Amino acid sequence: MNKVSKSPWLLHYDASSCNGCDIEVLDCLTPKYDIERFGIINTGDPFQADILLITGGVNSQTERVVKQLYSQMPEPKVVVAVGICACTGGIFKECYNIKGGIDTVIPVDVYVPGCAARPESIIDGVMKALKVLDEKQKAMKEDRR
Amino acid sequence: MAKRSIVPFGPQHPVLPEPVHLDLILEDETVVGAVPSIGFIHRGLEKLVEKRDFKQYVYIAERVCGICSCGHGLGYCEAVEQVMGIEVPDRARYLRTIWVEMSRVHSHLLWLGLLADAMGFESLYMESWRLREKILDMFDETTGGRIIHSVNCVGGVQKDMDSTMLQHILQAIDDIRGEMKPVVETFMQDYTVQSRLKGSGILTKEDATALGAAGPVLRASGISYDARRLGYAAYGDLTMEPITAAEGDSYARCKVRLKELFQSFDLIREAIGKIPDGPISVPVKGNPSGEFFMRIEQPRGEAIYYVKGSGTKYLDRFRMRTPTTSNIPALVEMLKGCQLADVPLLILTIDPCVSCTER
Repeated sequence: MNKVSKSPWLLHYDASSCNGCDIEVLDCLTPKYDIERFGIINTGDPFQADILLITGGVNSQTERVVKQLYSQMPEPKVVVAVGICACTGGIFKECYNIKGGIDTVIPVDVYVPGCAARPESIIDGVMKALKVLDEKQKAMKEDRR
Repeated sequence: MAKRSIVPFGPQHPVLPEPVHLDLILEDETVVGAVPSIGFIHRGLEKLVEKRDFKQYVYIAERVCGICSCGHGLGYCEAVEQVMGIEVPDRARYLRTIWVEMSRVHSHLLWLGLLADAMGFESLYMESWRLREKILDMFDETTGGRIIHSVNCVGGVQKDMDSTMLQHILQAIDDIRGEMKPVVETFMQDYTVQSRLKGSGILTKEDATALGAAGPVLRASGISYDARRLGYAAYGDLTMEPITAAEGDSYARCKVRLKELFQSFDLIREAIGKIPDGPISVPVKGNPSGEFFMRIEQPRGEAIYYVKGSGTKYLDRFRMRTPTTSNIPALVEMLKGCQLADVPLLILTIDPCVSCTER
């Protein structure tokens, strides 16, 4: 693996997931997978987060919460959609209260499929998100010049 | 005079993996009332029963909640089987019981971890979740999935377990039982843990009955009720007594769940000892016609499944009532009189499962 240029902080939000992906996201923090070895910390505070992990499709109630959390995060920021529901709406796509995947509301950078997404693939998704974060940071620096 | 203020709690909150919102009415730092508002993860799953046929709907029922997924599949399948008059083979009944008890172990270990995390006891959280991984590995080996198993189907189960797998499960529960000892000691005897749990959020026996609490919350208030004694799946052949505690505080709820873990180990061991050979499913012919109420004991308490069919392959109605729904009134009662700093911990002691509640 390449060098990680930053210890990113994660913000996790459950848009309308069944809990399956949420507990797998938490699982990434625990001894078996231990995502903290990359310097990644799960924070509850959007103002300090770099990566937004969202599970579940968007419904009419969570839509404004997702938008608000996204707008509260400082630039550069990356959004990871965890689980097939967050990617497309998945098995709940035809439910009357589901709008669809997260990308119907905010821009998504990395998609992690699976029902429920396994911790290995979530970690892989976060590592891909780090690359995107690096690129965004570089672009921001060049803009400033 | 104390100053009154309203503090919004949630929907996005560090202690909650799921969104739920409470308006806490405070007098200085003391909570005098709480107004819950739910609906953040309502998807409308019950309505989806009109678009999926009754066999496909098992997959939707299992995705009502990721933690109690196995139990939801079981409850739905048993309800449909009762409507159609299907006799499930004995081996399938035992396999269902083993998987459901394993998911109770995984759910209770998960809850213990979250409780420790809410107290800020990081190492206890990590230890509980480390032990939980052993059960998830067993799920992975026997069903192919860690969280969502999709093993239940109308008429039986989809996968069989061979004797090696059963031996591995016994090995895993023995390992966990051995390693649980220091964890149990810490939860029950540690000074810090006791100071956070003892005497907080007391729910009296009368309140628990009047407010319709369910599961460990009910049993921790001294009421001996467990839906597993109704004898669905293979529980009729197994011996079990509901575990109760008299105090009704957070400590009692923790104690009940810890004891239930060991009860589940015993049930798994007994079921593996008694499991008969034979087929694991029967063919299903025809469509369900009629209605049935099914009650099962989920890790969080009693869940009710109602199905109604009219002879077509699409059911007319599917309705469920989950334990967290019935525990929310009890939670509001518990919160009255507590300190603001104790609110996250008290919310956790009912083991809230919001995606079950809102579906």
